[in-house]
Amino acid sequence: MNWIGRSLPRLEDPSLLKGNGSYVADRIGNAASVRFVRSPLARGAITGIEIPSGTVVFTGRDLSGVKPIRPILHRPDYVAIGQPVLPVDRVTFCGQAVAVVVAEDPARAEDIADRVFVDIEGENAIVDLDAALATGTAPVHPEAVSNVLVEGRMKTAGLDTAFEEAAEIVTLELRSHRQSAAPMENRGGVAVYDVASGRVTLTASVQMPHMLRTGIADALGMTESDLRVIAPDVGGGFGQKMSLFPEYVVLVWLARKLKRDVAWIEDRRENFTASAHGRDQAFSLRGAFAKDGRLLGLDADLRSNVGAFSCYPVTCGVEPLMALAELPGPYDLAEYGVRSRGVTTNTCMMAPYRGVSRPMLTFSMERLMEVAATRLGIDSVEIRRRNLITAFPHRSPTGLVYDEGSYLQAMEAAAKSVDLPAFRARQAAARLRGHFLGVGFSVFSERTGYGTPAYAARGMEIVPGYEIVDCTMDPSGDVVLRIGSSPHGQGLKTSLAQLVSDELGIEPHRIRIISGDTDATPYGWGTFASRSMVIAGGASKLAAGKVAHKLKTIAAQLMETTAESITLENGWARVSNSNQATAIGVLARAAYHQSHRFKGLSPGLHESAVYDPGGTFSNACHVAIVEVDIETGGTRIERFIVVEDAGVLINPMIVDGQIAGGVAQGIANALFEEIIYDESGNLLTASFADYLPPTSAEVPEIEIIHMETVSPESITKAKGVGEGGAIGAPAAVVNAIVDALSPFGIQLFELPATPQRIREQLRRAGVATHG
Amino acid sequence: MASKFNIDLTVNGKSHAVSIEPRRTLADVLRDDCGLTGTHIGCEHGVCGACTVLVDDKPVRSCLMFGVQAERKAVRTVEGLADGDTLHPLQQAFWENHGLQCGFCTPGFLMLAAGALEENPDMSDDEIRDVLSSNLCRCTGYQNIVKAVRIAARALRAGPRA
Repeated sequence: MNWIGRSLPRLEDPSLLKGNGSYVADRIGNAASVRFVRSPLARGAITGIEIPSGTVVFTGRDLSGVKPIRPILHRPDYVAIGQPVLPVDRVTFCGQAVAVVVAEDPARAEDIADRVFVDIEGENAIVDLDAALATGTAPVHPEAVSNVLVEGRMKTAGLDTAFEEAAEIVTLELRSHRQSAAPMENRGGVAVYDVASGRVTLTASVQMPHMLRTGIADALGMTESDLRVIAPDVGGGFGQKMSLFPEYVVLVWLARKLKRDVAWIEDRRENFTASAHGRDQAFSLRGAFAKDGRLLGLDADLRSNVGAFSCYPVTCGVEPLMALAELPGPYDLAEYGVRSRGVTTNTCMMAPYRGVSRPMLTFSMERLMEVAATRLGIDSVEIRRRNLITAFPHRSPTGLVYDEGSYLQAMEAAAKSVDLPAFRARQAAARLRGHFLGVGFSVFSERTGYGTPAYAARGMEIVPGYEIVDCTMDPSGDVVLRIGSSPHGQGLKTSLAQLVSDELGIEPHRIRIISGDTDATPYGWGTFASRSMVIAGGASKLAAGKVAHKLKTIAAQLMETTAESITLENGWARVSNSNQATAIGVLARAAYHQSHRFKGLSPGLHESAVYDPGGTFSNACHVAIVEVDIETGGTRIERFIVVEDAGVLINPMIVDGQIAGGVAQGIANALFEEIIYDESGNLLTASFADYLPPTSAEVPEIEIIHMETVSPESITKAKGVGEGGAIGAPAAVVNAIVDALSPFGIQLFELPATPQRIREQLRRAGVATHG
Repeated sequence: MASKFNIDLTVNGKSHAVSIEPRRTLADVLRDDCGLTGTHIGCEHGVCGACTVLVDDKPVRSCLMFGVQAERKAVRTVEGLADGDTLHPLQQAFWENHGLQCGFCTPGFLMLAAGALEENPDMSDDEIRDVLSSNLCRCTGYQNIVKAVRIAARALRAGPRA
């Protein structure tokens, strides 16, 4: 039985469907309630904090022995900024935790927090990129000389010549406004103090439990063995739950200080104001095109608003350096010049959010291609056809090596599925009736499953990337897989079980996967960067393969044959070309209870493996057909097609779920979601009434077509697929809107393309409403 | 300290006597006083719908209703949906059609759909999509939720399970 490639219903689901999921808020027990008092101002000096009498409240002064969170990049252009877990003298963004209340229940904790008065001498906040980069402004952080915390540059030798020889130079200013990952479950943690041992167990809604343990232990000056971190069922993360946040350090500090259990469950307003954001980026691009549409050179100035602090462990370099490295995307570009800056402001911290920079850089490149196509009189598909990479491995101007992909084939398949000639006819007919339909393409690469070399190249002091997996078959023939990765809802356990089933010849439901517990799993890097299936999957395959080899060796000795002639399937070890077979359960029992019989083998069935790959690129083409109401600027997505190449699909249903969910977040990025601050740094979009995730009324059916390029860079033959949906959708949707409005010659270079922004362009083009 | 009220409510057919502050939401009463943590709290301002339960057979946001308002009312939560080990057709359809990923919004969607289908078993596909737009999901892109509810609606119309 081959389990890889089957849409097996998820092993995770029955408990979740019955309401038996166990999220952090379900694990509070008798813990006291914690509430953070948050700064009402974006910037200023703390001059006093008044604490109501008879209450348990701690401030930064009480935690003065706690080290700030200060992630490091070993780059000369990186300025390390420390984030105090609770500040003593200054506040740096609106919503920053400045004091912590402990009370008997959440309502009382909130009552007390409302009565804690924080006296702040307010200063002019720096909120946006332009203000932060203006000369003469006092830096956000007094310890830094400017607001630029990281700056990468490169320029290839022939860039100037490329621009001199260009037939057409396209210059664009592009803007992506801020977005929140907005997982349905907010953050939260329960710190349980064990009186007997003095150990603390922190159960928290996080994506990187081991990293959290290291970060908290470092901040508190404690040994890691005195802290256990558990990630239970996690209600979505999308990157937001990767980073070490001050709240978790404070929780462990409180548990040790008070010698009691404490719990903090974040509310939605806190999540919007004080967790993490992403996508606040402004790009200036200049593209040098030949007459035939080939992109000869690209010159870019990229600015990313990284907010008030640098996220741990990936740092504030995550967006700007990703943008620098991956801007050329799927295009065969020879000459590239770039300056990419991470700029600090008095706003909530930037941290990874599904796609990291690539939604914006794909949007930018795909808008560039469209504008160039229009100016040069070349068809949208044709200009891409002339620029996409087709020979592999491909080395980009930034030194990235792209493994085998299907960039051109995916686009051709997408163009075919949308039947462009038929669409153009329908579009023309619709325009005569006053209906404005457009089609938009987006082709992109998604770098996934990269191990330590990629992070080391970025200069990270903490270099993530590998995964360790322990695989144990017990005497009854069931398997326990202990993984360092830590799922946050994507169905990883089912996918890994399918992989391991094929290695060991047993059914997936006999494989139990233990994750998200630092006491029970090998050190690992959790889930982020579309890495889990490739890297944890690779390590699982290797570890299970070692157990399989030992099973075969035992079977061979028992059945007097060679290990090479044994196959494991459907619970049996079979000798090929014979009727001889032994049940795997019998072999497993023998491995433990009759180990003296097997020459050269250690007792039991327990193996460990590490996988640390260089990385593999998935690719896709998205196509959107959008109708625009020119009276209101409103949009409706009529069709959305994804042609995706993520290599071999372990569980196609789960892969499709990743793509559809990612596209929904990309549509949100394209049309709806925008975190807005006022000029003083107050957040204006701190609820789901103001920040608008799309619903089932706005997200269309996503049509998905798969291609399957097998890469030698992934031992499971799977490529990562967690982020592509979010990466490609904004460009496809906005290109479709611009195509729909092409009779008016309108261009859009800003995300999200809200009705207001679309109407503004229509007004400028002289299109009035009839009302 | 606010005084407490003693109220009786029925949850999944079982009566509960609880002593609660008037400001306590029904969501908190279900989770903390009745010990039923299957109802999830996502926003506490009535938009996301993760806390949706049925009160006297109507879907409500349990974060927007005070516990005291549930006095003598019959509440149904996700824990009461399955028949022992047999999943409700909605749960079964969500499972088979990958209608959930992280599972946090799932109880709210299940109860929303259960209530809506009890009220109108013959909802069209468009009506189903429209009703489901009451709640937010961040993982699935909705299409498998919509598909699962359409399939469950057909199964429910076909009659009781064997």
